[in-house]
Amino acid sequence: MSKKNISFSSLIISNIVPLIFLLFSIAAIPLSGLTPTYLVQEMVTRLGRNTFLVLSLLVPVMAGMGLNFGMVLGAMAGQIGLILVVDWGIGGIPGLLIAALVATPLSILLGYFCGFIMNKAKGREMVTSYILGFFINGVYQFVVLYCMGSIIPVSDPELLLSRGYGIRNTMALPGLRQALDGLVSVEASGITIPVISLLVTLVFCLLLTWFNKTKLGQDMRAVGKDMAVADGAGIPVERTRILAIIISTILASYGQIIFLQNIGTINTYSSHEQTGIFAIAALLVGGATVARATIGNVFMGVILFHLMFVVSPLAGKNFIGDAQLGEHFRVFVSYGIIAVTLLLHAWKRRRNLLAKQEGKSEENREDDVS
Amino acid sequence: MFQAFHLFQMIRSSNKGERQISSNPLLSIKNIQKDFYGNKVLEDISFDLDRGEIVGLVGENGAGKSTLMNILFGMPVIQKTGGYKGTVQLNGKDICFRDPVDAIEAGIGMVHQEFFLIPSFTATENILLNRESTQYNFLVELFGDRLQKLDRTAMKERAIRAIQTLGVDIHPDTLVSEMPVSYKQFTEIAREIDREQMKVLVLDEPTAVMTESEASTFLTAMKRLAARGIGQIFISHRLHEILEVCDKIVVLRDGKVIKNIPASEATLRNIASWMVGREVGTTSFRRARSADDQDTSVLLSIDKLKVDMPGERVKNVSLEVREGEILGIGGLAGQGKLGIANGIMGLYPAQGSIILNGKPLPLNNPLESLKAGVAFISEDRRGVGLLLNESLKLNIAFTAMQVKDRFIKRLPGGIKWQDWNELDASAKEFIDRLEIRCTGPDQRVVELSGGNQQKVCVAKVLAMEPKLLLASEPTRGIDIGAKQLVLEVLREFNQRDRTTIVMTSSELQELRSICDRIAIVYEGEIVGIVPADAPMEDIGLLMLGNKLVDEPTHA
Ligand SMILES: Nc1ncnc2c1ncn2[C@@H]1O[C@H](COP(=O)(O)OP(=O)(O)OP(=O)(O)O)[C@@H](O)[C@H]1O
Ligand SMILES: [Mg+2]
Repeated sequence: MSKKNISFSSLIISNIVPLIFLLFSIAAIPLSGLTPTYLVQEMVTRLGRNTFLVLSLLVPVMAGMGLNFGMVLGAMAGQIGLILVVDWGIGGIPGLLIAALVATPLSILLGYFCGFIMNKAKGREMVTSYILGFFINGVYQFVVLYCMGSIIPVSDPELLLSRGYGIRNTMALPGLRQALDGLVSVEASGITIPVISLLVTLVFCLLLTWFNKTKLGQDMRAVGKDMAVADGAGIPVERTRILAIIISTILASYGQIIFLQNIGTINTYSSHEQTGIFAIAALLVGGATVARATIGNVFMGVILFHLMFVVSPLAGKNFIGDAQLGEHFRVFVSYGIIAVTLLLHAWKRRRNLLAKQEGKSEENREDDVS
Repeated sequence: MFQAFHLFQMIRSSNKGERQISSNPLLSIKNIQKDFYGNKVLEDISFDLDRGEIVGLVGENGAGKSTLMNILFGMPVIQKTGGYKGTVQLNGKDICFRDPVDAIEAGIGMVHQEFFLIPSFTATENILLNRESTQYNFLVELFGDRLQKLDRTAMKERAIRAIQTLGVDIHPDTLVSEMPVSYKQFTEIAREIDREQMKVLVLDEPTAVMTESEASTFLTAMKRLAARGIGQIFISHRLHEILEVCDKIVVLRDGKVIKNIPASEATLRNIASWMVGREVGTTSFRRARSADDQDTSVLLSIDKLKVDMPGERVKNVSLEVREGEILGIGGLAGQGKLGIANGIMGLYPAQGSIILNGKPLPLNNPLESLKAGVAFISEDRRGVGLLLNESLKLNIAFTAMQVKDRFIKRLPGGIKWQDWNELDASAKEFIDRLEIRCTGPDQRVVELSGGNQQKVCVAKVLAMEPKLLLASEPTRGIDIGAKQLVLEVLREFNQRDRTTIVMTSSELQELRSICDRIAIVYEGEIVGIVPADAPMEDIGLLMLGNKLVDEPTHA
């Protein structure tokens, strides 16, 4: 059990998920008929657009709280920030910054609430945060659909539904569209690189690596490994867990802002809905588990997941003559991989229980965040 | 040695006079009462602890020793179960801690009966848990002190210093999960030592997981701490340790302090009888084995076994165990005696061949070993494998259900159903037989005292009705009165069901009282197998690696 030399087969087994997706993509790329230039462009764009959202998942995993659907709350906060900024007519980078400024306190509030609830449901964090997402979605709809334009002043009638209050279903982000991506973009052999978006993502990766080395990071790891021991050592367990969730929601709100400025329009009532599912699926495709996720998993996941995303509709169309099939396929894969991971996790827990009965826990092997 | 120690004590007490400015004792416990949901555990406990003094706290399993220590340390479990009555004073001031952090800040340290370590953290990280050395950076101004960066180099230095105080050799980067059990305990103690402001150290059975030589290293470390003026409360079921290191002995029974006397006035025998409330016979029983028993068939045959267990490596062991016998395995710490059972069970990487009942036993596969009818009582206390939050009866039955389909009813259609009646009955039988102190089969195992949890472990393996029982340190943490009982139960199963037992123990006396033969392990190999009534000197020589010239023929 304490074997140091990792055999080839165990290397494959521990990376089985990314490998399957890699093989799938390699098979599907020729079928799709997409050019390499196009694919690389897509990947670069999506790296700039989606990575940040996926990064927001790392901290709660480290604190032992699993893959946190609570990030959806952050996404909603980000959207509210954007809606207000559009109404106020502030464009460009200042607009994005102000949107982030508005989203931050909202995310903190929502994150606190989410963390609070999750402290009441220790060990069932993933499901709890998922349900909580639905609940807050109701609140979000109430705010955006009823309060905006009535209680919360919205000056631009263009944004409102014809009845005079409530935000429209879709909303363009005129001054904000690609404000970050376009700030400095470099063309290299026909590929446009959104330098600033990638840079911001990179800076946050560095920040996360640094965060890992702080006292708070160490505390989170301790809490994630064993709450009782952490508690005994005087680490404020519940507070630390709440902090982990707050950090995640704040990052998710920024992530959503980056995501939407690239897209250029908001689907007011649905943009945030798939954010959680897709981000979590991407992380899992990158080889992360409920108990272990690294920055490497994030990048690997974003690339592989989105490769599949781009390739599968066309591959489906060319192969079977039905683009819709590829469409269904990617949704199926997203939910499927989450379901399978949860099952695997439950199964592993059960096996560990048995192993523990025999005198030794296997848990230690599979729960480190580096 | 003993005289030197007395001298040492005298020097210490003369120092005490100077240091004590006020007449207050360091720690004073007054009229403590505690009950768990109406179940009175402590009725009226009072005693004092001075600077540099070591108080030995003894009492039967479930007497309330750990409970009292939890009160001192402000463990949340006390508040959650309704708090306590009475007062505790530190330096003459009343204290009542809401949680361990308060206790730590006030200068009280505790080494828990169960390990309080994070297995996937290194020794350093565990020793300095929540007291890490950090470096300032500007973000601290914005977000607070927790954003300071860890200073790994300084942390390592501090860890090394604490480990050195104990006089052991643990590498600061070792993962706790890869340490032998006793190292885990030392790590835990090093964590307490690192605290500068520590005045009182509470040690709840720290030596239970140690072999005798490790324990003596540990006792030396305790004396060093005492010389630094730290008051210590020491709990142990090994009474000779209490006698060796303590200044004062406090005996608990039925929730009261039965005796509070200087250690010099106590003997092993009368401490034991105070604890139990009756005379404790130290007479050992030995199995009477009839002659025809001796040529039964071989149940287990081990050939060239190698086990890679950290701290207890087995290099080359070949061994035959006859059906129905009790074989003891003894040896000094770290020589590999614990590795043998762990290797057979498949818990550490092993090589070689094991034949059980005529069939080869797959190595490195615990589940297969269980299915083949091998059961294991582990020496690793934290890993002993109790589901702490589950009921006593489920714990007793769990492995038997999983592996043997015991306690399971089959409904038509192959649906499995737990047979609660049978489960209840079997749990009750074990509770009676092993005198497990509990409120009933439905009590959760966390709520049991340490020794009673160990008894549940014993019950659990017996419920599996194994062909081969590997018992490593089966009486660890069990009080002097109940030890005999547990050994008797093991012997009874051995005779009634012909369960073959391989028992590993660091206590020779225990091996001699129950085993048929004793194998002694030295440097990862068996140096000799002797009958249990072999002279002590022979066994002693074997333990030091001297092969006997004239080995008994039937060994
Ligand atoms: N959380 C709890 N809930 C209910 N009862 C408890 C709880 N903790 C301890 N007890 C009971 O209190 C009694 C004293 O337990 P304690 O752990 O203090 O014993 P101990 O003297 O340390 O014994 P040992 O030598 O076996 O460690 C036991 O009968 C135990 O069942
Ligand atoms: Mg105890």
